[in-house]
This record gives sequence, structure tokens and C-alpha cells, in this order.
Amino acid sequence: MIYDVIVVGGGLAGMRAAIAAHDAGYKVGLVSKIHPVRSHSGAAQGGINAALANHPDAGDDTPDRHAYDTVKGSDFLADQDAVELMTATAPEIIIEMEHWGCPFSRYPNGKIAQRPFGGAGYPRTCYGADRTGLYLLHTCYEQVVKRNIEVLYERFVIRLAYRDKRVAGVVFLNMHSGEFETLAANAVIFATGGSGRVYSLNTTNAHASTGLGVAIPYWAGVPLKDMEFIQFHPTGLEGSSILMTEGCRGEGGYLLNNRGERFMKNYVSEKIMELAPRDITARSIRTEINEGRGFEDRYVHLDLRHLGEKKINERLPGIREICMKFKNIDPVFQPIPIYPAMHYTMGGIDCDGVGETEMEGLFAAGECACVSVHGANRLGGNSLLETIVFGKIVGDHVARKIKDKSRTADNEALATALTAEKDRFQRLLASEGKENPYDIKNELSKLMFDDFGIFRNEADMKKGVGEILALKERFGKIRKISDTGKFNFDYLWVTEIAGNLDTALAIATGALNRMESRGAHYRLDAPKRMDDRWMKHTLHRYHETNPEISYKPVRFTKFQPEERKY
Amino acid sequence: MPTFKVFRFNPDKDEKPYFDTFELPDIKGMTVLEGLYYILENLDSTLAFRSSCRQGVCGSCAMHINDRYNLACESQVATLGNVITVRPLSHMKIIRDMVVDLTPFFAQYEAIKPYLVPKEVPGPREFLQSEKDRARIDHHVDCILCACCYGSCPVVATDEKYLGPHALLKALRFIEDSRDGETYERLAFVASDEGIFRCHTIFNCQKVCPKDLDPTGAIGKLKMKSIWAKLTGKLGKNG
Repeated sequence: MIYDVIVVGGGLAGMRAAIAAHDAGYKVGLVSKIHPVRSHSGAAQGGINAALANHPDAGDDTPDRHAYDTVKGSDFLADQDAVELMTATAPEIIIEMEHWGCPFSRYPNGKIAQRPFGGAGYPRTCYGADRTGLYLLHTCYEQVVKRNIEVLYERFVIRLAYRDKRVAGVVFLNMHSGEFETLAANAVIFATGGSGRVYSLNTTNAHASTGLGVAIPYWAGVPLKDMEFIQFHPTGLEGSSILMTEGCRGEGGYLLNNRGERFMKNYVSEKIMELAPRDITARSIRTEINEGRGFEDRYVHLDLRHLGEKKINERLPGIREICMKFKNIDPVFQPIPIYPAMHYTMGGIDCDGVGETEMEGLFAAGECACVSVHGANRLGGNSLLETIVFGKIVGDHVARKIKDKSRTADNEALATALTAEKDRFQRLLASEGKENPYDIKNELSKLMFDDFGIFRNEADMKKGVGEILALKERFGKIRKISDTGKFNFDYLWVTEIAGNLDTALAIATGALNRMESRGAHYRLDAPKRMDDRWMKHTLHRYHETNPEISYKPVRFTKFQPEERKY
Repeated sequence: MPTFKVFRFNPDKDEKPYFDTFELPDIKGMTVLEGLYYILENLDSTLAFRSSCRQGVCGSCAMHINDRYNLACESQVATLGNVITVRPLSHMKIIRDMVVDLTPFFAQYEAIKPYLVPKEVPGPREFLQSEKDRARIDHHVDCILCACCYGSCPVVATDEKYLGPHALLKALRFIEDSRDGETYERLAFVASDEGIFRCHTIFNCQKVCPKDLDPTGAIGKLKMKSIWAKLTGKLGKNG
């Protein structure tokens, strides 16, 4: 049996792609290591951008203006044709989600409500209170149920089966049975989300967001792109790093240092203040803390008190709930302690505007993909947008591409990949080392934050690359893993760590090689953007110790590079 | 130093379930989920539990913690006393340790037709919905499908066909949505033999919901609506 399309990952991008391929009449299997409603798309809070022009102050907003803001936000590294496609598709795809039942918040005239977000010239972020991701995710899952699309959940995909750069299917551990299995497919779409857990001690991301879905194609020879661009969200809750939505500032929240100053006025114009793009805001907060104007040298305050209880309950109920449950503070009466936390991977699997990768039959969509629509810095509200726009576009494209339904399963390629994974499993079971793999994960996170964080420099990054290589060597000497049969989480997490290490090395070498500052990649030893040398995407090809780095041009349409001022 | 008493059971190997006891270090702000990760990473790597977002929105880590069902990620160790006892959700087959088989839970969710059936033909723009109409589905739309309510429901315990508080809350979410056109079909379905009238109004689901939602109230509302619809002939004579 062969599936026309296997989608790996059950978040918004994966489900939207599955729906598109299903609606085109193909046999689709949606495979995910967790149930789709558990996906991290559901943790997105603040909203999703589209030039609907519903806001009273945004009557003349257009997809073009949205595209300009996105390109400028990307520090001119985004591919402009892809950005224009995304912003032009945005209104219709959000209307479609509304028609499917998504409970957006409303204006008195009954239209979808929109709020201001960072780096945007117009208030164009559509929202459902501060639970926009949850509402979109559940709405999309409802449509998957309606269509009776086959969902194979708690299947942990770990390997691609392929031959001569042509995909044959996937190998996975069925968590329910404890058995390794394969699925044959004409096309495979990876929609596995971000790599936040490479920075596991300081990220807003879920435990599931490990980036293994980026590592799997990378190991199979597919290049990654722009991995050095790591977004730090300005407002992670101090301690747990749980996201405090940009909507807090969109609704009028202040950032205050230990002198009670709205310090953003020292970094951007008074018109922009707290609504600067995330890279700039995160650097500003970090600077305040580094120069002694933070609290306990760790955090600053996000102050919502002046918004009042009614507005907080109506627009930011989830934020209030999280603060009370995780920090025992009530933002109606107390400022929220926040610091920047790793939030998003702008880079990912190198693909074009319709999700095609270097491997025939393998496609990518959502955060694991790098189209690139975010370039060096993503704007808030554009990630949810990317998931459903490119989920649909890639699903539609795959459906057009695989018209030949007579294809048969490449059983030999599948068997080879299955055997390779079973052998790896046996080696892990028989490992005779002493190292605790989870110590390696924690040490990796710490060095990534210290050496490849908000402010970077040559010496730290060189040291960091050496430390990652040392951790990789130690990983070869871990203790044997547990053999538990069903739901073998030790195997799962240890495998995730293997992915973390190589993803980290791609991030690190990409960052070390890029001798400029652009968007989220900021080097103290090269603080300027250098368009003549570095207006290009990084490509990373897998090598165990020394990933191969090359570059490819950025695609331009009509937006000329300019100094990025706010 | 908190002590974790953790339910263990591997039906493939163990004759019956048992508890393992772990002493954990004092870590400021530690949640029960972080405690379980501490055990997995440092003390016993065979432990099985689901988790993902660790911020109370994905619904993976519902379990029984001391005296109530709750999300492990939202449960602060410091508020739970010296001994913390964790067990899996009730009424479902245990696959291993804290991992239960959620198949019936999702099957019942699917049974209520959990998607909007628009009453108007979609046009190029959004369906208009007044703020007041939108407010009618407030809270109902916040369900994360964690199954705390399902695990706590004594009716679920005795009747595996009962639709359950999660599915019934979801049904009300669509019935109350001004854009949905299948109100009476939905009411007829939830009023059928395995629906709302099996509920004994015990309030467990309302008490345990980690999102402060009110499935008990939703079921009550559905009862009133379906009785009124029946009395006014909207559900037909045998509806």
C-alpha cells in the first residue's frame, strides 16, 4: 500500500496541507508524534496578520503594505516574491478559517477584530482574545475530523526512506505498540515545527518543539537554510520562559526598567516605543539588564496595570491565568517580570515558495521550513499566517505534482531505512558509556544561550562550536537507553537530543561564518548590516563535525534595501 | 524535599500496578511536570507520561495529582505538601504508567459532529457576528481536550457509551454559535439515549476543569434547550 501524501506533523501547517491534498482527491496520512490538538501551534497567543482593513485606523491597509513591513522586518533577507504571495493570500485564508468556525474576537460591526503588533505600519493582527493559536488549531482539527482524514498519532517519525535523492516514505516508532514501522508515500510533507528545545532551558517552546523534523532531512542530505537566525521573544515569563504575548504591548502594555522608565524611548522613536520588532526590543531589554537597569540582573517589567481589569479579562485572559498559575502574581495589580527567551527559528529546511526541497518528493511547510518569508527576523503574527498559507500552498502544489498515481512502493528503500533504524536502536540499547544524555541536553542549552544568544561575538562563538563538538563526542558515550516497549520515552528523548546536537551545530557554524549583523543575528564585533557581502541566504549541508556552508541569493521584487529604522 | 509517589504499571509485564517513590531536590517554582521530568532524566528513564507545551494549553499532561485531576504542568509542587501522589486518568485503559488510551475520549468528541455547519453560504468576506453573539461562546471555545472532566465523571465510569462532558460542552459550543445552522439536529443528538440525560449533575467536571470551564452548566443548558425544543415541536414527536 502506498499513500499519495504523508504529512509529518499535526500542527497548523501539517493539518492545512493534509486538508489541501485530501480535498484534491488524494489518499493522505497525517503522522504525528503527538495528537494534533497537542501541537505547539495551539500555544500561539496574540494573533495572525492579514490586511483585512477592519480596524478603524487601517481602512487603507493593503497586502502590499503588509509585504513591505514583513520585508523590512526581515532586515531585507526574506525572498520578496514569497512574502508577496503570503500577504496576498492572507485575507482569503483567514476568511476561510472564519468560515470553518474559528472564534475570532469581533468589532461592534461584527467583523473580525484586529490589534496593533510590532513592526507593523497598521493594526492588522486578527485575534481571538489571547488564544488565537488554540482557536485556529482546534478549528483546523475539526475540519480534519469532518473530512475523516486518517490521523496516525503518537507515531514518532525518525528517518526518511529514499533512493537516489527520491523520497520513498518514512520510518517511525509506533509509540502504542513499541514497534518500528514504515509508510510508503509518493510525496512526504514535513511540517514538524521549530527547534526551540535546542535552547531548552530558555525557550517559550513546547517540549515537542525539538527540531528533529529539521534534522531528519538534514541527515538525509537535504540542505538547511539561514539557521543562524534565532528569534528571542522579548517577553518570556521570568523563570519558566512561558510566552507573554506581544498582544500585551499591542493592547498598550509598557516595558519598564528598575527606575520605572519606559526605556524603549531610548532605542526607537516615541511613536513606536514598545511596538518595535522583536529583535530590536529583545536587544533593548537585554541592554537594560546588562547595564544594571534590570531587576536582580535578570529581568525587567511588563506592566499592564493601567489597562484595567476589564480590558485584561477581555483581551488578555490567558496571560492573567498564566501569571497567576505559574508566577503567583496578578497582572491587574502587579507588573510581570519578563526577559527575552528563545522563541522561533527563522531558518529551516531549504525550500522554495511551493515547499519543494532538494529531494524529489520531499516538501516542507511551516516553522520547520525556510521559504524564506521571515528572513533575519520574523514579525509577530506572521508565523501563524505562514503555517496556514504555506500549508495550503504546499498541499495544493503537491496535489498537482503527483498526478501519477500508478507509483508503487519502493519496498527496498523502505526496508533499508527500517533496518538502519532498528540497528541504531539496538546500538543505543547496548551502549556501554556512562554519560547521562539529559546532562548533554542541558549543557547544550546553556552554551547555546551564552554563545549564540542575543549578542554574539567571534570568540564566544568559536568556543561554542568547540563545545558542541565535545558534547557530540560525549553523546557517543551515553549510558544504554531503556527498553520499555510501549511509549519508550527514553528512546524518543535521546533521539531528539541527537537531532538537537546537529541542529545546534548548523546554527553555530552559520552564525560564526556570517560576519555582519542582520535582524536577530547581532554580532558585537560586526554590528553593521553589510549588504554588499551578506545579502544572501546561508545553506548548511550535513557533516558530522564540519557542516558545509554555502550561500544563495535573496529574491527581490520591488522593495529596495534601506536602513532599517523604527 | 518533595517525595513523589508515582503510579507504575506495564500491563505487558506487571501483574498489577504499584507505586514507586522518588525523593526529589528542592527546586524553586518546580511543577509536578518538571518533577516527572527530573525523575525521567535522573532517576528512572523508564517512566512514561505525556507532555508538550508545559503552559496549560496543549492538554497532554492531565493526571490525578493528590486529591484531584489536574494538569501536571500547572500544578505547583510547593502547594501540594511533602508527598505528591500521581496516578493516570481514570476510566481508560492504561497503556503504561501515566499513559492511558484516549481512543474512546476522541471517538465521543468526533461523534457530536465537532465542526461548524454554516447556516449561510460563505461569501468573500467573514460571517458577521456581533460581540454579544461572540460572547455566547466565550469559555466553551477554550476547551483544550485534556480529559480531566472525563476522568472525573462517575457516569463515564459506568457507561462507556456516554458522550461525556467534553463532547457535550463542544456540542453546546456549536449550538450557541450564531453562525451554525444545525441547532436542532445537534439538540436531537445530544438528547439521545447516551447523551445529556445520562448526566446526574454531580459537578465533578466543573470542579476539576483546569481551564475553569463549566461542562456541568453546559449539560444543564442543553437539557433545558432540548426540553424546550421538544415541547415546542422543534425536535418532532419522537425526537
